[in-house]
This record gives sequence, structure tokens and C-alpha cells, in this order.
Amino acid sequence: MKPIEILTQALELLAALAAAPLFLGWVNQCRAWLQNRRAPSIWLPYRGIRKLFHKDAVIAANASPFFRLAPYVVFGAMVVAAGIIPSMGTRLPFTVAADAIALVGLLATARVFLSLAAVDIGTAFGTLGARREMMVGFLAEPALLMVIFVASIISATTALPAIAESLATHRLGLYPSLAFTAIAFTLILLAENARLPIDNPATHLELTMIHEAMVLEYSARHLALMEWAAALKLFNYACIGFALFLPWGISIGTGSPLSLLASIPLLGAKLTVTGAALAFIETISAKLRVFRAPEFLAIAFMLAVLGLLVHLLLGA
Amino acid sequence: MPLQSWLTRSRPQPGAPGLRALTVAVDQWRGIAQDIAAASGRLLALWASADAHAIPTIRAAFLAGPQGLLLSVPIMHPESPYPGIGDLFPASVRMQRAVADLTGLRSSDADTRPWLRHAAWPQHYRPLIDPPPQILNAQAMVDDYPFVRVEGEGVHEIAVGPVHAGIIEPGHFRFSVVGEKVLRLEERLAYVHKGIEERFTQLPILEAHRLAARVSGDSAVAFSWAYCQALEGITGNSIPPRAAWLRALYLELERVANHLGDLGALGNDAGFAFGLTQFSRLKEQILRVNDTALGARYLLDSVIPGGTQRDLARADAAALGQCLREIADEAQRLRIIYEEHEGVRDRFNGAGVVSPELATRLGLTGLAGRASAQAFDLRCDLPCEPYTQLSVQKITRSEGDVAARVAVRFDELQESCRLIQHILASLPDGPHRAPLDAPAAGVTGAGLIEGWRGPVCVALEAGPAGTIQRCHPHDPSWQNWPVLEHAVIGNIVPDFPLINKSFNLSYSGHDL
Repeated sequence: MKPIEILTQALELLAALAAAPLFLGWVNQCRAWLQNRRAPSIWLPYRGIRKLFHKDAVIAANASPFFRLAPYVVFGAMVVAAGIIPSMGTRLPFTVAADAIALVGLLATARVFLSLAAVDIGTAFGTLGARREMMVGFLAEPALLMVIFVASIISATTALPAIAESLATHRLGLYPSLAFTAIAFTLILLAENARLPIDNPATHLELTMIHEAMVLEYSARHLALMEWAAALKLFNYACIGFALFLPWGISIGTGSPLSLLASIPLLGAKLTVTGAALAFIETISAKLRVFRAPEFLAIAFMLAVLGLLVHLLLGA
Repeated sequence: MPLQSWLTRSRPQPGAPGLRALTVAVDQWRGIAQDIAAASGRLLALWASADAHAIPTIRAAFLAGPQGLLLSVPIMHPESPYPGIGDLFPASVRMQRAVADLTGLRSSDADTRPWLRHAAWPQHYRPLIDPPPQILNAQAMVDDYPFVRVEGEGVHEIAVGPVHAGIIEPGHFRFSVVGEKVLRLEERLAYVHKGIEERFTQLPILEAHRLAARVSGDSAVAFSWAYCQALEGITGNSIPPRAAWLRALYLELERVANHLGDLGALGNDAGFAFGLTQFSRLKEQILRVNDTALGARYLLDSVIPGGTQRDLARADAAALGQCLREIADEAQRLRIIYEEHEGVRDRFNGAGVVSPELATRLGLTGLAGRASAQAFDLRCDLPCEPYTQLSVQKITRSEGDVAARVAVRFDELQESCRLIQHILASLPDGPHRAPLDAPAAGVTGAGLIEGWRGPVCVALEAGPAGTIQRCHPHDPSWQNWPVLEHAVIGNIVPDFPLINKSFNLSYSGHDL
């Protein structure tokens, strides 16, 4: 293992941990501006997390140890996921152990723990949220796998850094297969991160919630970890998107420290644009009825399959 | 006996125009209720007057054809149940239960569960009659309220409230669901029972309009006007024309402000936060111009006995007119956005349908009723001054879904803006208040005002020396809460908040 690889890996993990709340703050700020509201501070998610870490946790009397364990597992899964997604450089030692399919598995692990913890307390809302989360999850996961398959077939590998490298060094041009899968991926990103039109992150209506309903019973450090994990998940998804569809600018090959350094502002620029676009999509959409979520994700799956077919049949 | 023969025996009722009063014996009570139901009459309110000395009396207000009818039914044997009218007027069931909680007068209807009581006072204590006990229910307890259970494969219950995730008033909703589909909803309210009716009896009759304005804060004008109408009926005074026109101005401003607030909240509940910020901005504009031109944001205490608290200066009237013109324009543009937005339209259309037949049977009233083809609006049906000269356009829809309630709000908003311009243009000159004579003891007055939510009814009985013997403020939410239970049947759980918001019923005005 070369020092540059360790440096890249450490930098990516730290950047994800530090920048994820910032990215969320940016999305919230853009949402407020688009709604003609005065925006909250971009640092608000950090303050929220800090505040929660300083509070005493209140835990339901009938909670099992599993309930306390879940936030750490969910947060851990998101951190590990951040470690294997090439956001700045492709020389990541962690990726030897886990490829893109393992990444989907990691995300699924977090989902399972989150949902089980929601059911653990036995409140109506936790169960309600977990049930809806599983419905969204079992439709989104195959679609996500399909998106990754398209990219892996093009680059003939399932290792994310290799995919990113291969796509980054591809001849510049329009790839219809990747265009289809990019749209599919955007839909999956919205559904998986509890954004509109599937879930409303700003709602206070407990009967309509998905993600919020699952974490209603959490408080203090547990809630802080859950919220941080949610921010990390959004950040991770954005970076998966960059690795698959906008890999330009990340440090590839042996990678000099200079190219690693240069990839930082580029990542920032990509996140800025993506955050604004996400806020725009959310502002113009209303929340779908719960039973239209399968339609929404079926469209994502279909587009991913279409991407695959376009590549296999037309080679485009 | 047809309704007409009852009406010929009735006498004019002081207070709101077109009201008649009639006293019937207990054994005639069901008969007249049947005749009113047969003539498609509607129940406006049901309450009881009772104190330690007088004969307890069940009172009910009906809208029967072109007339309002105030019935009094003296109960000679309070220990035996009086005949219930729950089968004729389903909305009366909860009112009868509330009467039983407050006065101990029980109806013969099957549902004898407490409604207002909530274990806050002992079972046989009658708050409106008995002297206050030294210690009110020393051992606070959680009572076991028997909800109706739905049995079956895969049926489970979701209990929501009274404490909610958002900052709203408290109410408990018990859903029986299969998956996401609602099989049954049962409400339990009265968490904000404050003893308003008892409090009225401790206030001077000439000052209690301030309490009336606070029965339900969003209907401050409607309640205080209805109270003043009842009081002015008792004293036999009529108010100066300018005062009446100013009151109508306040009432329409209240309607516009509430409709704007609701339209924004409805967008937000459909996940369309843009609507909330835009409509909140418009509502805030009204509240601010209210504050500068009329001296109160929500027009609390603007209506007082004998007239209005303040006069309206010419310059303020111009500012008000300008503001309302802008709001009417902007609301129209936002309406187009709501109607053309596919996601919003999809959420609104077909959600929470109350068919016109169901609405008639259950007595759905007010704004929600008009969205289900119940064409009743007191401003047109029993108009008081100045509505007799305003020719209000009655707005109805027949779809009965959330979209229809939204459309009625948009239309009423425009109609109210038109009325406000008309009022501002033809406001008569003269004083805006006049002194009232002393109210005579024992006289009953009734006020009926079409608030933004529906008909608000205040019944007022004067006591000796300027006191209040009994006052019952009645919010239309009493009639509409039970209909909400029917509106959500067959809908999915996450649509309930939207359906609930489209009714936007009062907790405070109902729980009293």
C-alpha cells in the first residue's frame, strides 16, 4: 500500500464525514430560496448534530439493545460506503474488499437495521415507516443494481474505481445507454434519500412520513448519528452518481498528490450544482400518493433496463 | 303534523333575522324533529340550559326552509332519558353526549359514552349545575374510552394524537387499517375543554363578547358578531347602518385570511411547499393591513355590543381596497398553478370524497357542505343587515373531494374580495356604535352568522342585573367532525392529513 493510497482513502473518508451535512445544508438553502423564503444557515445541520450530541438520550422502556445498536450500525455502514465510493481518487485500498454490488449490500444492511429498530419499539408510526421503507427499498435496490450493471458492462468490471477510471478515460461523446441510466439513477436517488416526490423531509405530518417515522423515537446521540447517516447517504449517492456519470476530474491511475488536490474543488463544484438541481426538482414536485411510488421506481428500473439494452443491442 | 303548523304556533325569536322560537313538550320533541327532518331541515345546534333552580331545558336550533327555528324542550323528569334524535340528525349524537356530560340530562340514544368529560371530573358531577367541588377529581386517572373495534384478518389500529408531531391542536384519531387502507376512523376530541360555557355565566353580559371572540380564534369576528347579535336582540336595539357594514367588512376579511391560510396549508400537505410560502405571504399582507387600518391583526374585539370598536378612516379604506385587489389577482394566478400542477391535482382529486347524499344525511354544513352540493349559506338564506343588500353569490360544488373544497375556497375568496370592494365603496356614513339599553332578565337572544367555516350560532340568556344566565356558542365543527370520519373511509392513511386539512375544523370551538 502506497502512502498516496492511504492519503486518498483517509481524505475521502474525512471529506465525506465533514461535507455531508454541508451538502444537506446547501440543498435546504436552495429549497428555501426557490420557495421565496429566507434560507436557513448552511451550517444548520452541523448545529443540529452538535446540539443532539449534547443532549441526554431518552429511550423507550421497552426498547431492546438492538434499538441502541442500530444507529451505530447504520452510521458505520454509511461511513464504510463512503470509503469505497471514489469521490476524489480511484486508488482506494478499501475497494479491494468491496465492489459495487457489495456497496448495494452495505446500503441494504443499513436499511434493514433502521427498519428493524423502527419496529423494535412497537409504536404505530415506526411500523408504518418501516413498512413503507421496505416497499421503497425492494423496488429501488434492483433498479440500482441494474444501473450499476450497465456501467459495469461498459467498463467490464464491478469495482467502482475501475468503472470510474474506465469511464473517465473513455472517448468523450454521448452514450445513450448512460443517459438512460443517469435518469434512472436520479429517480433512485430521490426515492432512497427520502426526498420529494416519494417522501417529504420537511413534513411534520406523522401519518405521511417514511424516513422520519422510523426515527421518531430516537433522541440525542442516537438521533444525531441517524441524521448524520442520512446526510452521508445523500452524499454517497451523489458521489456514486459522479463516479458513474461525471467521473471527470477525479485523480486516476497512480495519481499524484497534485491531481488529488485538484479534484477537491471539482468535487465541490459538482456537489454545488447537484444540490441546486436536487432542490429544484423537489420544489417543482408535489408528494406522490404512497401507492404511486412503485410506478415511480418501476420507471427507474425500466430506464435502467433500457440503458442496458441500448448498450447490448446497439453498442452505444 | 307538517312543519308549517308548528311554525304558525311559534313566536319571533329576538336576535338574528328570520328566527322563530317554539316551546314543545318532551313527548312532542321527536315529532317536531321528524317533521323538520322530513322538510329537509338542518340541525344548527343542540344544547341544554340547566341550573339548580329552573327546570332543565333541552334547546335546539334548526334551519327549516326559509326560517330558523329555536326549540325549547323543558325536561320535567331529568332523571329519565329524554328522546334522542340521533337517527334523524346524526350530528346531534355528540351534542347530546356533551349535554349529558355538562348537565346530566341523558338522551335515549344508544351511545352513552362521555364526550367532553375525559375523567377530568367525576362521573355524576354536573359542571353547569353543581357548585364547584373543593377538590376536582383528586385522583387524576386515565379513563378507558371504548373505541369501536374492527375485527378481521390483517386489521390493525393506528392511534394518532392527542400529541402530534407538528404544533397543532390536540385530538385523538383511532384508525383501523388494512395495510395502508383506512377501514374506519374514530375521533376522540375535547382535549381542550376549558369550561367556556361556565365562564360566560361569571361575566357581565355587556363584556362577554370578548370571551365569545376567543371561542375559536380563527372565527373571532363570526363569534363576536353572533354574540352581539344575540345581545342586541335581547335589548331590542338596532345598530347604526355603518356598524353593520363594518362588521360585514370584518367578517369577509376574516374569511379571506382563513381561506388564504388553508389554501397554503393544503399545498404544503400535498408536499408542495411553494404554495405555503406564497399563500402565507398573502395572508400576512391581510393581517398587516388589518392591523394598520382596523387596529387588530385577527380582528379580535373589533365587534362590540352596539357596533364596532373602531371606525374606518377614508385613507385606510383606500389602503384596504388596494391590498385586497392585489390579493385577488395573485390568488387567481396561484390558482392556475394549483390547477395545472399535475402532482397537486393528483393529490386533491378524488381524495376524501363526501357524496352529496351522504352530506345531506349527515348534515354536513358550511364550506365543506357547499363542496358537497349542500347549498346553504346564511348570508343568502337568512341574511342580516347588510347582507340583504349585498346579493352574495352562493358557491357550491358537487364532487365533494379535497379538490372541490379547494375550489370552493378559491371561489369564495374571490367573492369575498368582491364584497369587500363593494362594502368599501358604499359604506354608509354615520356613527359606528350606539349605546345599548339594559338587557332584561330572562330574555333569550340568538345570533346566527355565516363564519368562514360555516354557520356560527350563539344562544344567550340574560340573567338579572346585567349577568348571563346561560350562553352557548356553537361552532359548525360540531356537525362536520363526524363527517370527516366518513370522508376518510377507503382512502389511504397518508392522505388523511390532507383530507383533514381540507375540512380544517376547530378543536377549541368544539371542545369549549
